[in-house]
Amino acid sequence: MQTAVIRFPASNCDRDAAVALEKVTGRAPIMVWHRETELPDGIDFVVMPGGFSYGDYLRSGAIASRSPIVRDIKAKSEAGLPVAGFCNGFQVLTEAGMLPGALMRNKNLKFVCRPERLTVANANTRYTKHYAPKSEVTFPVAHHDGNYFADKDTLNRIEKEGRVTFRYVSNPNGSLNDIAGIVNKAGNVFGMMPHPERAIDDMHGGTDGLGLFKSIIESI
Amino acid sequence: MAKKSEITPEIVAEHGLSESEYAIILDRLGREPNLTELGIFSVMWSEHCSYKSSRRHLAKFLTTGDRVIQGPGENAGVIDINDGDAIIFKMESHNHPSYIEPYQGAATGVGGIMRDVFTMGARPIALMNALRFGEPTHWKTKQLVSGVVAGIGGYGNCVGVPTVGGETNFHKGYNGNILVNAMCVGLAKADNIFLSAAKGVGNPIFYVGSKTGRDGIHGATMASAEFDDDSDEKRPTVQVGDPFTEKLLIEACLELMATDAIIAIQDMGAAGLTSSSIEMADKGGVGIQINLDKVPQREPNMTAYEMMLSESQERMLMVIQPGKEKLAYDIFEKWELDVALIGKTTDTGNLVLKHKRKKVCDIPIAPLADDAPNYDRPHVKTEAREVLEARDIHETQDYNDALLRIMTSPDIASKRWIWEQYDRHVMTDTVDSSQSGGDAAIVRVHGTKKAVAITTDCTPRYVYADPYEGGKQCVAETWRNLTCVGADPIAITDCLNFGNPERPEIMGQFVGAIEGMNEACHAFDYPVVSGNVSLYNETNGQAIPPTPAVGGVGLIPDLEKHMTLKGAKDGDTLILIGDTTGWLGSSIYLSEILSREDGAPPPVNLSTEKLNGDYVRKLIRGRRVNAVHDCSDGGLAVTACEMAFASGQGMHIVAPTNGKTHGWLFGEDQARYLLAVEENSVNPVIATAKAKGIEAQIVGSVGGDRIKADGAFDVSLEKLRAANEAWLPNLMNGDA
Repeated sequence: MQTAVIRFPASNCDRDAAVALEKVTGRAPIMVWHRETELPDGIDFVVMPGGFSYGDYLRSGAIASRSPIVRDIKAKSEAGLPVAGFCNGFQVLTEAGMLPGALMRNKNLKFVCRPERLTVANANTRYTKHYAPKSEVTFPVAHHDGNYFADKDTLNRIEKEGRVTFRYVSNPNGSLNDIAGIVNKAGNVFGMMPHPERAIDDMHGGTDGLGLFKSIIESI
Repeated sequence: MAKKSEITPEIVAEHGLSESEYAIILDRLGREPNLTELGIFSVMWSEHCSYKSSRRHLAKFLTTGDRVIQGPGENAGVIDINDGDAIIFKMESHNHPSYIEPYQGAATGVGGIMRDVFTMGARPIALMNALRFGEPTHWKTKQLVSGVVAGIGGYGNCVGVPTVGGETNFHKGYNGNILVNAMCVGLAKADNIFLSAAKGVGNPIFYVGSKTGRDGIHGATMASAEFDDDSDEKRPTVQVGDPFTEKLLIEACLELMATDAIIAIQDMGAAGLTSSSIEMADKGGVGIQINLDKVPQREPNMTAYEMMLSESQERMLMVIQPGKEKLAYDIFEKWELDVALIGKTTDTGNLVLKHKRKKVCDIPIAPLADDAPNYDRPHVKTEAREVLEARDIHETQDYNDALLRIMTSPDIASKRWIWEQYDRHVMTDTVDSSQSGGDAAIVRVHGTKKAVAITTDCTPRYVYADPYEGGKQCVAETWRNLTCVGADPIAITDCLNFGNPERPEIMGQFVGAIEGMNEACHAFDYPVVSGNVSLYNETNGQAIPPTPAVGGVGLIPDLEKHMTLKGAKDGDTLILIGDTTGWLGSSIYLSEILSREDGAPPPVNLSTEKLNGDYVRKLIRGRRVNAVHDCSDGGLAVTACEMAFASGQGMHIVAPTNGKTHGWLFGEDQARYLLAVEENSVNPVIATAKAKGIEAQIVGSVGGDRIKADGAFDVSLEKLRAANEAWLPNLMNGDA
């Protein structure tokens, strides 16, 4: 099992993602610089970490989504490579067109950081198998642009296809349908605004995030 | 040399230099300076850069100790936390800019203090802030709160360093001058600390980071003057922050620091290129030559004067080992940062600037730094206030109402609205952020079982009432807060915010506070390793309450034995360590219930503090306690409420009915700790305390869903919590 974490300029949860991946896989991920044009050989799972890539200038995730490495990741994800994006990583995935919808400014216009309760909306995905259906987990959120939006047709489609994986119990940002995380149609690309990598150690106040990492790693 | 400069007395005055200061410049140069040179002298000799009113008093501080690797004088202080690890930290003010332009002022305050820390080789691991705003009803307060908080969050969140703690006060004394003090704590290897002394001759000087623009010109001079009604016109002197570039600078500098390429490094903070180059040269005893045409510039046609005085943010200056230039270029280009070779070290002892092929400045460095004015300003001791006895102070007839009013008062109400805008968890080593009522933030040293504890404290109303006792109290409270989480307090940084030092009564506050602080530092073997002074915090002649904010850092050797106030359990006994006389002078009870701000503040007995604190720490390490909370603002009642909020458990306090109930519940006697202790530990905890001569008594019990005190109050925990949480959102949403 070899994982990779992508580093964009001003990614800032890259180390946090690496710690989580090493804890679950027993092996340190390869840190891949955004200017690389290809992933190293033998990568089984890619994480797009949180942060403020390019300072959130233009739009969150917009500039990073045009990085050379993202082209390669997108192509490989279409061939089945599992890719997860947390927080800014989710924003990069939507900007890259790898996941539908967009993350807009929080409804109250303020940055919000707090542990947030989520329900597992679909426990039958590669990213959620470790959770009981409809169970509740707590992951911290920390974002300014986490307000999930998609047009009506897209929203209906992802709901019908069971692609909403997590929902907020008390919506912190105005996301439509309380959406906190989604997968693509094939189920290998996943994005969520909350931070599962910040809930993997008793010192974090909980280890609910481990289930997510175990789910995807065991599915590979 | 450029043509003869025409420096009129008006120009000298505009630069904030006195006639006698200008006379020294003429004497040292042996000629008239040109405008660029005058500008350089003016910023170097500004209060902000030269500490001309404070230097002789700061020199009194205890600055050495077993764990001190680097005391004051460098960009930040450095302490040893075992195993080859070092903690680098400092607190700094950004008061004047934050009042004029709250978002950018606060943001660049955070950016500046972070640069001071990573310049020395540390990865920043925690941010703190100490904020003072005007009264909540003042028309400007809400706008300032929301701008400052957004600015602090906007910068720290983006850079990815958790903001883990702080304090926020509101008082009318800050209506015209808010205080924004930011602290940064970084982690480094003790054998890889970087200093600012340039060495050698002919070594290349690199400029890295953002381009130089016209922002912030004369920021240091602004920070050294009083405000008046036209202060908003100073907005152009406030710098604009770019946290994205800061993040790249951190990563690039740390990457370069892992090699042996850097001889000296200095961030361009106040007074920008001027102070950074002069400090590097002065400390290393060398000269510096800079070609200003090589400086990356954001705007065309900048003059030498503008470039030297610009305070554009996110810029660093470094002296690189000859032969390592390519290594440095490669790393900075990887991080897409502007980098330029702008000059070299020389043996002339002078600062020589060239611009457009002309020499525009040639001045000796030593006088700029060493001959900076050093004033012994006249100072008068603050008059002692009357000691108030509880029995002479009106006792409320409605304790439920009094408790509610105190728990929803500006200084006690929850600051959740503020700290939820800060990322407290990034880097995933935050064990506890002190924002939620805890005594100190706890941040794990990555990959280890140890942690640093961090707190900032100051009780301005005490310092105002009695600078000496108040100064002692600021230091003692940080020491106590670190103790509460199970840490060994190690050292402090300070941010001394005062009014106009040219007024003897203000200077008296300053001198008194420093003497009090220093006495506490000695009593606890708790040195000052870094700090900053902010004077002239006045508007239209009205000075702020004296506010020496103290940032304390301690070490928790084993995280398994850390402590918080959350762990109180149903059935626990509440034990109060320390003596309660019912001290209501200068208390929250007095100000909130009786609208009085008089009386002497509680005295701080430093030997009792030490004795009590050392005992509490021993109890924590011996696992004798479930929860610990420092008893401070608002007394025992507030302490118990905060423990109730954190643990979700009700509290029952036993209270005497002897006409001194208000003193018992709301008195602010120092050196006290509230402990939640399991039944079987109660007797040993009290017996051991008595044997050591420490006051310890049972004051109540934990459990249920109410907060009550016999014969006084009895309120629902949840209702009180809701009210405590609602105050600030209501204010900010305009419903207050």
